[in-house]
Amino acid sequence: MTKPLLEIKNLKKQYPIYGPMGKMFRPKTHMNAVAGLSLEIHEKETYGLVGESGCGKSTTGRSIVKLVTPDEGEILYQGSDLLKLSNREYKPLCRDLQMIFQDSLSSMNPRQRIGQILEEPLIIHEMGDADERRRQVMEILTKVGLSEEYFFRYPHELSGGQVQRLGIARALIIKPKLIICDEPVSALDVSIQAQILNTLTSLQKEMDLSLLFISHDIGVVRYISKRIGVMYLGTLVEEADTEELFANTLHPYTKALLASVPDFSVAKKREVVLKGEQPVRTDEFRGCVFHTRCPYATEKCKTEQPELREIAPGHKAACHLCEGAGNA
Amino acid sequence: MAAATTSEVNNKILKEQKEIRRENLLTNSRLMIGFLGFVFIVLCAVLIPMFSSVDPNEMEISARLTPPSLHHIFGTDEFGRDLFIRVLYGARVSLCVSSLVAVLSAIIGTIIGIYASFFKLLDHILMRICDGLIAIPGMLLAIALMAAFGNTSWTVVVALTIVYTPSVARMVRASALVTKEQTFVEAAKVQGASNVRILCKLIFPSVISPLIVQASFIFAQSIIAEASLSFLGAGIPAPAASWGNILQASKTVLTKAPWTAVFPGIIVILCVLCLNLLGDGLRDYLDPHMIGRRKSK
Repeated sequence: MTKPLLEIKNLKKQYPIYGPMGKMFRPKTHMNAVAGLSLEIHEKETYGLVGESGCGKSTTGRSIVKLVTPDEGEILYQGSDLLKLSNREYKPLCRDLQMIFQDSLSSMNPRQRIGQILEEPLIIHEMGDADERRRQVMEILTKVGLSEEYFFRYPHELSGGQVQRLGIARALIIKPKLIICDEPVSALDVSIQAQILNTLTSLQKEMDLSLLFISHDIGVVRYISKRIGVMYLGTLVEEADTEELFANTLHPYTKALLASVPDFSVAKKREVVLKGEQPVRTDEFRGCVFHTRCPYATEKCKTEQPELREIAPGHKAACHLCEGAGNA
Repeated sequence: MAAATTSEVNNKILKEQKEIRRENLLTNSRLMIGFLGFVFIVLCAVLIPMFSSVDPNEMEISARLTPPSLHHIFGTDEFGRDLFIRVLYGARVSLCVSSLVAVLSAIIGTIIGIYASFFKLLDHILMRICDGLIAIPGMLLAIALMAAFGNTSWTVVVALTIVYTPSVARMVRASALVTKEQTFVEAAKVQGASNVRILCKLIFPSVISPLIVQASFIFAQSIIAEASLSFLGAGIPAPAASWGNILQASKTVLTKAPWTAVFPGIIVILCVLCLNLLGDGLRDYLDPHMIGRRKSK
């Protein structure tokens, strides 16, 4: 196995919850948005991170590009821990790590023309002179499927799909190695989603990119990812290669997620159906993260947190019940 | 060939954007009326005294309190001074004082507001000071400051600047804080933009348009405030004409010669109205989402 491009080890981020007196007293407890998450992204690989909203997947993605400062853990990029770097040391590395936002329109400066928006990262990283920058902007515009005629337009003049293409273009223009896609297609129509995903995958091949694809839509994640991590309440509950995960689903939460996808081809048995809401993972939270909603929960699940263990080769799950199944 | 057509199309887009911008400017009736009206008043105040031989302080005892006529368009006051020319000279003083107040409070307020939005500790200190200043009624504070520093045009400027700066600082801080949380600032951070770059290219431009609007309102308000101060006798000292002390002088003869109050009053109202319209119009015109877009009405 080659060395991973990016390695996240035991990442933790908590937000304080204050009592009725607000910030006058110490926080009552904490909301653990990310609680000990570890994952690896390999070169030229697409890693899909899937989970309900509020499970901490965006926080994970945003900590990689330093938009969130985690409390604990390591994010190793090519051997150096991003969290320990100062801003000055981080700047050359952020050329390799770019991000695509869910709402691309609001991630564009409304006062700049598209040409200027795309030129901005090149100016920040002092790449090329004015002519060279302009040539690169034109090149990337055509690459993402926008014509050069958009150079002088403003972002609010584009359609949703076009703005998303612009977002991709802006992330790609400084030739990064890893792109964090934070729900990049969730705001789009299904037909446009497919187009954007195809653009993304073809550019990935062309430019040797790795992607961290964050989404709540397991169908989209399945389509684009080579490896998938299923996240719930701040931790991974299951992680496997895409085919393996779908062929041999282990964790009840993943089963529930799959059951929530409308499927007309086969009348499949819905083993687990999600009921209720996800709880808040406070400091007092004990046991398996899923025990409050799991139909198979036992006493052990309520008290002891299962570890993420390799059950089949390359297939990890965090469930007391699966462990038995795996050993047998 | 293909490149040529692209640049042709691009030129067309640029030309179209310019046209739309001009169209939006010309069809923005509030902006145009406010701007033209205000420019007219300023031009009158600057040009007419330059070409007129009438002295604003020359007293014509035989013509005391004459009603408006062709010779004295606005009539005369109780010392027989020509009111029209006095209102124009008063406009010079009043407009100078209030424009200085608007510019100074905008600059100082922006510096304070931006600093406050960047440093949390400073934010608490500065904003509590601003809260304190805002809590005292503006006019009272200005009168107190005038009493402390004495009546000159400069102290009027200083006093009114102190009164209006906190509101600017608060507004700048608020819109800087809002902008700082926006996704496009996050995107710039992800690209590796430095704090200075984010401040200059993203935060400052988004503060500027509410700032211009606010400054135009402060301009209008300080015209009234200066007039009120002079009216109360705490403003620009007597023989010099200002809109406030013209109105104050008219107080005693209001029943005998109403024109001494009516005409200067109308001019003050028109000027403030024009400035408010200008501010309103600017707010629409400077909205970034209106760039390159036709106003739909």
